[in-house]
Amino acid sequence: MSLDAVLDVIAAACLVVGALLSLAAGVALVRFPDLLTRMHAAAKPQVLGLLLVLLGCALRLRTGVDITTLVLVGVFQLATAPVAAHMVGRAGYPHEYIRTDLLLTDELAAHLDRLAGDQKDSAHA
Amino acid sequence: MTAVAVTVTALLAVAGGLTLIRIIRGPSILDRAVATDVLLAIIVAAIATEAAYSRDATALPVLVVLAVLGFVGSVSVARFAARRNAG
Amino acid sequence: MSADQMTPAPPADPPKPRLTRAARRRNRIIAMTGLTAIWVLLWGTHFWANVISGLVVVAILLAVFPLPPVTFAGRIHPLPMLRFWLRFLQDLVIASIQIAWLALRPAGGQARSAIIAVPLRVNTDLNLTLTAEALTLVPGSLILEADRSTGTLFVHVINLRNREELEEFRRGVYALEARIVSALGSPDELRRIRENPPAPSDLEGASR
Repeated sequence: MSLDAVLDVIAAACLVVGALLSLAAGVALVRFPDLLTRMHAAAKPQVLGLLLVLLGCALRLRTGVDITTLVLVGVFQLATAPVAAHMVGRAGYPHEYIRTDLLLTDELAAHLDRLAGDQKDSAHA
Repeated sequence: MTAVAVTVTALLAVAGGLTLIRIIRGPSILDRAVATDVLLAIIVAAIATEAAYSRDATALPVLVVLAVLGFVGSVSVARFAARRNAG
Repeated sequence: MSADQMTPAPPADPPKPRLTRAARRRNRIIAMTGLTAIWVLLWGTHFWANVISGLVVVAILLAVFPLPPVTFAGRIHPLPMLRFWLRFLQDLVIASIQIAWLALRPAGGQARSAIIAVPLRVNTDLNLTLTAEALTLVPGSLILEADRSTGTLFVHVINLRNREELEEFRRGVYALEARIVSALGSPDELRRIRENPPAPSDLEGASR
């Protein structure tokens, strides 16, 4: 088997596994109970799936210019996905769509209560 | 390679359909933002698969734009939602 | 619910020493190198012309939109950096498989989750940012909120069965922080990590 053929097989495997992870992210989006658990699905399998598809694409194209573009897309994805998740999470946190009955503990609520208490104290002072 | 391309297309199509269900069902605008983000990633994956299948790099710059757009999109929706909650 | 609760982090800047002139210059060089690299990657071809035009564009960009000052006191340690990346990639794969399994398993019994507070030992913006970003991509966790003044991360943890797993997870966050600091930290920060091993769970106030 020539090197080209081997690279093609690896690329094909990357594409299929990446697509499967995207599918898992889609299923998770539909089946998970609340916003925060759905965000887990958007953050992890989706990022890895996209990285694998980009890797497969790079292995097929094999030219410098295209690979730099694909690397750039991958780096953007790795850097921005957690930030986007953080922004959505903090916008959604004190919100009725989060299932607090599924939480074992909620230390952010305690922290916010403390903050609100501090502000009340300083307002009285 | 054709069999791989067909498989990947089918998988991505189902995944896209599922995210569309979440976009329609909501319930909150943030759920829709998260699902739209995933849908955009699936579109990026589909374009990359097409480029890999046809060995044609014409569409690659689109990927960069889409990757940035998805981020800007969900961050703006999140800020909008946070402000509306606060107001 | 009042408006204060909706925006959890008040813009309270922690008391940080002002950057020296040398540190500011180093920050600017790092920013210029990074942004120019992105510019060259975007074009991909005509190498030298792109480097020069990229430097011009980046200089204008940084003059118009200055980046926030970041205290980067340490230096890059190559071997711990490599270790961090290998472990990070491994974690990303495990995390994806875990979420895929949770989504696809037949009896979709709802996993319990938790929101925990993790006060980091090294309270710098850089460490806070990197730990938060990495946390979102490793198994089980998602960053919800960060408090800059105390250097505390609020993390959503998925798929927990009991409190023991919660404490195990908390130790995992500290291990991740230690890996990041050993890859990028200054000697002082490294010492702080070594001298403060993760507190035992009962002192963390997890059961409050």
